Amino acid sequence: MTTSVAGSNSHDQLEPESGEVAEGSEGVFDLAARTGGTSEGLAPADATTEVQRMIEEGGVLRLPEENDLDPRQSEVRFGEGETMIINLGPQHPSTHGVLRIMLELEGETVLRSKPIIGYLHTGMEKTAEELTYVQGSTNVTRMDYLSPISNELVFCLAVERLLDVETPPRAVWIRMLMAELNRICSHVTWAATNGMDLASTTMMIFGFRERDLVLSFFEKTTGLRMNTNYIRPGGVAADLPDGWEDDVEVMMDTIESRLDDYDELLTGQPIFRERTEGVGILRPELALALSATGPLLRASGIAYDLRRAEPYLAYDEVDFDVIVGSVGDTFDRYAVRMNEIRESIRIVRQVLERMPRGDYRVQDAKVTPPPRGRIDESMEALIHHFKLYTSGFEPPEGEVYVAVESPRGELGCYLVSDGSNKPYRMHMRAPSFVNLQSVPALLRGGLMADAIAVLSSVDPVLGEVDR
Amino acid sequence: MIPETSLAERGLEIALITDAPLTFSRRQAVIHPSRATYLETVAKFKRADYVTCSDLCAVDYLSAKDARQLPDGVAPERFEIVVSLLCLEKTRRIRLRVQVPESDLSIATLFRLYPGTENMEREVFDLFGITFVGHPDMTRILMPPDWEGHPLRKDYGVGRVPVQFREAPGPR
Repeated sequence: MTTSVAGSNSHDQLEPESGEVAEGSEGVFDLAARTGGTSEGLAPADATTEVQRMIEEGGVLRLPEENDLDPRQSEVRFGEGETMIINLGPQHPSTHGVLRIMLELEGETVLRSKPIIGYLHTGMEKTAEELTYVQGSTNVTRMDYLSPISNELVFCLAVERLLDVETPPRAVWIRMLMAELNRICSHVTWAATNGMDLASTTMMIFGFRERDLVLSFFEKTTGLRMNTNYIRPGGVAADLPDGWEDDVEVMMDTIESRLDDYDELLTGQPIFRERTEGVGILRPELALALSATGPLLRASGIAYDLRRAEPYLAYDEVDFDVIVGSVGDTFDRYAVRMNEIRESIRIVRQVLERMPRGDYRVQDAKVTPPPRGRIDESMEALIHHFKLYTSGFEPPEGEVYVAVESPRGELGCYLVSDGSNKPYRMHMRAPSFVNLQSVPALLRGGLMADAIAVLSSVDPVLGEVDR
Repeated sequence: MIPETSLAERGLEIALITDAPLTFSRRQAVIHPSRATYLETVAKFKRADYVTCSDLCAVDYLSAKDARQLPDGVAPERFEIVVSLLCLEKTRRIRLRVQVPESDLSIATLFRLYPGTENMEREVFDLFGITFVGHPDMTRILMPPDWEGHPLRKDYGVGRVPVQFREAPGPR
């Protein structure tokens, strides 16, 4: 377990107005300014005002009084020993991308932390205003790169809601199949990276091996392994390939049997249990107050899953269980995800049995392109094809908020149409962005070595955090 | 997506909580409190078991002033804050749209009611320049701290980098 300690400067050296600064600390000052002394970072505890410190101390301290979570009840005491501010990330393998966290440590204990984000901000919401609805799904699929299908799905559901278009049953079930496969894929990748953070390299290899099974199927179906742009307004881009049933069946059997390997490797293993049980506990009331969703919320014991609560697609027609934890620690978040894979396998098997026949996209030439063969014989089809790919369609004015359950939580899309062929405003409610607020609350009072495991158990995808 | 009881029934349910004007957009309930009653309205919903705030964002209606349906008595302004509240028990969602005039870009923070809006309000501040009064950490979150301007405003251009391919003819 390594942590990138940028400038292992002690607390005294960081203090600017302190008289007893060590000689020759000019360089240290510069380093401090670069790594933490800026307005966006974490300043030394003594150099910050009382109010500023309250702000920085993380979600626990930010709760309103009526929630009755007095910070003074916490076992962590401040400013008793010598504290040190270190900088974790943004270039660090365990921060899952370009997340940077400023941590104040007292010995090995984390006192305060503050996530600093924005390193991957590329203005995708602004870009979306420049792209037509037809092009839009290419843009959104790049936000959460571990679950591109969910992103496309929520965008397309919002567009269809604006258009008031009903997708044919086969499209709905294909979407559900792909979304669940994507959930499996995302969760095994999470298990892999989480295993890596807990120094289990075997788990990393295993997780990526299983992920590749799903990605290969994606490649066969959509042409791409990631950023598939498979779900489009009005349906999906192409029908499932011949023999997809066999592929999916084999894949599900393989992954299911390998989940037992994971159990052997991690679930029952004393070292893993020791490092995850009772670590980074998120209480349910705190999770709700911090707007946490997804496995993070469910691990705290709140059975809120959008697939069950507000069924979209055909989730009300399939059997599955909503998995909840009881303690809300890192182990619960692990267990919830592992069992969600099993539930997803259950859903996929039901989809296999019940996949309806018919169109895979709506037969409305204003929304979806005509079949390739028609273009050669029909002038009208050619015109529709040309019109769709040059200017697209124009949903009536209005605004709509649609949410789906992505592997990370509630993924929402707020779409405003001004009656033109481009969204007037597209806002993505990114679960990682919101869930990241829980990190200071989770890390507080824990050990530095656990911080890595706790952070990874939140499962932030930085592409989605920064958008 | 919300299990649709009839809209009238839903309207009555909301009328019990607040008397702010109510509209339906694509069969989703939207209420339009004024800026003065915003905090109070949200507090009422919180008391009515809307335990979590799922989303908060803003829209700049600079170039589409007429492209929105607002009930009578709500004057359109340039900016709008859009908040989604969620009641887990009955799986109800409610959306609030609050008008924020360009002349005074500030609105009360929801932080005391829903601490989870912290990041979202910072994002709106960063990208639209709307200040949330009472927010504990009103700083930029996605853009660099020394950035000038607010990118998601409609009068802020989209950045473009001209691309020149070696074999291609020059710009016409």
